[in-house]
Amino acid sequence: MTHTADRVDSLWSAVVAGDEYAAAGIVIAALDGGMPAEDVLLDVIAPVQAKVGLEWAANRISVAQEHAATAINDRVIAAMAHHPAARVEPRLGRVIVACIDGEWHALPARLLAEVLRLRGWRVEFLGAKVPTQHLIAHLHLTGPDAVALSSSIATRLPTAHATITACQAAGVPVLAGGAAFGGNGEYARLFGANAWSPDARSAADLLAEGLPKLTVNAHQPIDDLPHLADQEYTMVARTARSLVRQTMADLAERIPAMRQYTSQQVDRTAEDIAHIVDFLATALYTDSVELFTGFLRWTADILAARGVSGRFLLPALDVLALQLKDFTRASRFIKEAGDDLDRALDPA
Amino acid sequence: MGSVAVVPLPGQGVPAGALVLLRTSSRAVFTENEEVFARLFAARAGAAMAAARLYAEQATITEILMRDLIPPQMRHVDGIEFAGGYQPSGAAERVGGDFYDLHPASQTSRETFIVLGDVCGKGLEAAAMTGKIRNTLHALLPLATNHLRVLTMLNSALLSSHHTRFATLVFASAVRDGANVRLRLTNAGHLPPLIVRGDGTVEEARTQGSLVGVLPTVQASTAVVNLEPGESCVLYTDGITEARGGPWGDAYFGEQRLKDVLAECAGIPGEAIVERVQMLTQQWIGDNHHDDIAIVAITAPRQREAP
Repeated sequence: MTHTADRVDSLWSAVVAGDEYAAAGIVIAALDGGMPAEDVLLDVIAPVQAKVGLEWAANRISVAQEHAATAINDRVIAAMAHHPAARVEPRLGRVIVACIDGEWHALPARLLAEVLRLRGWRVEFLGAKVPTQHLIAHLHLTGPDAVALSSSIATRLPTAHATITACQAAGVPVLAGGAAFGGNGEYARLFGANAWSPDARSAADLLAEGLPKLTVNAHQPIDDLPHLADQEYTMVARTARSLVRQTMADLAERIPAMRQYTSQQVDRTAEDIAHIVDFLATALYTDSVELFTGFLRWTADILAARGVSGRFLLPALDVLALQLKDFTRASRFIKEAGDDLDRALDPA
Repeated sequence: MGSVAVVPLPGQGVPAGALVLLRTSSRAVFTENEEVFARLFAARAGAAMAAARLYAEQATITEILMRDLIPPQMRHVDGIEFAGGYQPSGAAERVGGDFYDLHPASQTSRETFIVLGDVCGKGLEAAAMTGKIRNTLHALLPLATNHLRVLTMLNSALLSSHHTRFATLVFASAVRDGANVRLRLTNAGHLPPLIVRGDGTVEEARTQGSLVGVLPTVQASTAVVNLEPGESCVLYTDGITEARGGPWGDAYFGEQRLKDVLAECAGIPGEAIVERVQMLTQQWIGDNHHDDIAIVAITAPRQREAP
């Protein structure tokens, strides 16, 4: 009798070694041994995939290895579909599973698509980064009972909001899932999604019970977010690249060491600043300072794992604040997040 | 007893249907106001239904015409891994001027034939031309043992057509040779194919040639490249190297960045290489406008570990 934890360990070893044959063998053996296909997907493959992300964050695997591991997990899921235990005739309605435009992490959505298929739904999996226009055209053509939208990166939230609203306007209820929607689905609720699930199993349970009916009154994205009237999100999002340029220039004046950076170091730093600006814009969109604070703490952890002090973020926030001093909410967010980061970096 | 009112739903030329109202109340007849309201409602509903029907018809036609223009699903063929990624320039489009195609080995050829190319221009017109090139190449497959001959015949076909567009492309013929994959690569005016070696070295394949659809004759040299298990050959279009953006918003992604990215991708599966390059290019572009983007990876599968 092999325990689930042992299977997770051996699949993890096979996946980081890039050995897809061994990886497929472990999963097929689990199915042959009578483990239900849904459990193999969610209790063996999903934890391995989660570990891939954690190991990257801790700088124990490279980003290329992360992509490779994900590709192998993807192949393993494809191999599973041929096993007799994973063959199910559809007997329920039609569900479309898609990632928000700009969202590259398709594996969580793929796992959900497979689980729904096993539960008897007729599932169409549209994959990563589905342009919203294509999704809506597809909804009109196929008329599904529900659409499940996945997003893991918070900066895709404004797009996710527009997509949710457009799906509902096409008459299809939306089930939202993925890390971007917040630990308790707060952003899914804010955007008026019909339902939210923290994981594939509860999403499948929710769909089995039937999604809450659509409300009749069609609404516009602005109706959910009255604070957008201050235009701060629009201004920061629209001028994001020039904010990055100015921040880099001001930082180089404050920190002479930056002038000795290699072009790759300059690229990395500019990317970090660009992320800060993107997350600030998203925090302004959702009006949640926690989103910005959480991102800065996470970035400091990622940098620390790579031997870089998160202290570098503080002057970057300072010069960004100077450029945005006329924006009330943005200034408050930067101040609060900066103070929080300062405390986090120096717990004494 | 109640009353009934039948109002036609006007469509385009022919009625889209009828609205039937039944009432079983003591007030037997519909008032004049109610009838006016019913007619107005029917006019609006009929127009909406007719528009929806027209949309559905056109969407079906587009779907059928589009089917042959969309790049094929890449897969493992003849013991070789193929992976591809495609992104048209317009968010609302599904096809554009970049293309790739794959033809597995057959009775007439023991090699798998792959083409990746770029027709000058974008959008539907360029896409129609990619369809023509793909069809022509399909017909020329029996001659694929000689890339230059295929290129010459494709060139004449393009010159004699009413299109004034030209194209750059790369041919690859791939065959398993033991655990390795042997590639013949011919570059017709396109960006150089890049070989990702096991140790992270990235080499340009030594093949050059002229673009097709402009001059009466074409020149090209063919390179033979050997891929060991885990090594890949990457074909791509200028949508990647000329992607504009980056943190500053106005820099080109460039060939050097692409090579740096590929150097980190040594030994990983083809799909992962394609995904990594596409993701970084997309992040680089951000919300900027971009050209069509196509990328194909041809990979010699890693060896199965000894049991």
